[in-house]
Amino acid sequence: MNRNDLLSGDELSVSKALTVVESDRVAARSLIGSLPEREYYVIGITGSSGAGKSTLVNWLSVSFSDASRTAVLAIDPSSPFKGGAFLGDRIRMNRASRSGKILIRSMASRGMVGGLSPSVFDAVELLGRCGYHYIIVETVGVGQAETDIVNLSDVVVLVLAPGIGDEIQMMKAGIMEIGDIYTVNKMDIHGADQLANRIRSVLDLADVKREIVKTNSLTGTNVDRLYQLLIGELNRREKSGKIEESRQRRREIAELNTAFSALKEAHSRGVKLEAIMECINRLREDG
Amino acid sequence: MKKTRIIVAKPGLDGHDRGAKIVAMALRDAGMEVIYTGLRQSPSDIVNTALQEDADVIGLSILSGAHMRICDRLLELMNEKGIADKPVVVGGIIPHDDVEILKKKGIAEVFGPGTSLKQLEQRIKELAEKK
Repeated sequence: MNRNDLLSGDELSVSKALTVVESDRVAARSLIGSLPEREYYVIGITGSSGAGKSTLVNWLSVSFSDASRTAVLAIDPSSPFKGGAFLGDRIRMNRASRSGKILIRSMASRGMVGGLSPSVFDAVELLGRCGYHYIIVETVGVGQAETDIVNLSDVVVLVLAPGIGDEIQMMKAGIMEIGDIYTVNKMDIHGADQLANRIRSVLDLADVKREIVKTNSLTGTNVDRLYQLLIGELNRREKSGKIEESRQRRREIAELNTAFSALKEAHSRGVKLEAIMECINRLREDG
Repeated sequence: MKKTRIIVAKPGLDGHDRGAKIVAMALRDAGMEVIYTGLRQSPSDIVNTALQEDADVIGLSILSGAHMRICDRLLELMNEKGIADKPVVVGGIIPHDDVEILKKKGIAEVFGPGTSLKQLEQRIKELAEKK
């Protein structure tokens, strides 16, 4: 893989670089380090399985790609038993895929439980440096507590669909707190209005102001409204300095992730915990 | 650690996806990452997917009888896009006489009816490592 090819965003080179990022953390860091930093935005899409995240991304990514270069990272779970994965997000993204303008990459969660994949922080940084301006990250289908997407994204869309329960479910901590924009998908299905009203009333109780959009991701209805809201939100955050905060947080978590996997690897090679702790203590004493 | 990634695709007008799904699940359980494309994919869709996903192996399930045309076009496009090094395997209903012709064209393996899932896993692992 040639550096110039990566900088010009040659798809095959970027795709091969993503494989390096997924399989070798040390090589990933030097590869990323060899490319100049660029500004990019991460749009996180999360919600329960079957809510319509991938189908929504199928439309949303096309809107973003009309404005600037766009990539999609779609994460699905790995088996906790055999380590394999069935990656089926792409199947919903024919429109985006056939547009010929969007890089779509499926990633397996590989043992990570927070809704993401261990190498996704490096993957977005690589894509950003290869000139992708908007990076849409779709989490695995989440339950109540997989909230790591907050640490990765500049803005988070929480996708909900009718049939998820009453407002007591929405008052619980965790997933319901992390949306910057709420989407009630499958708006054609009975119960969508009621769900939107319940979200509104729970947000009001907490005195939180958030936009709620009803969408139909099969027909694309209101996806443009969601896109406009996202662009507005990103602009607002850029002005208020919040984007810089999320970039900072993303860098920190990426470093912690790398540190954790280095420790995990050392541990699996038989390095004892005591030795690791001692080493850390020594480093701390040395300042 | 490098994981084996394989595309399982259903090209053309062919709605019979039970076989492809069984194979996809078996490869998943063999520890591979399976990217399932779903039905009615054109050769260009499949090549685009293989390129973006950097798959180690491309698997096609074809029961429509159009295997010659599909494979010709697929191999041609893979060449154009610079991913001719990725092995392509075909499963489904392929007449006996066509198997050798497909292999001469550059298809790495043809899995006919009666292939066990164990044999299939084994061969795909070999091909992924050889690549």
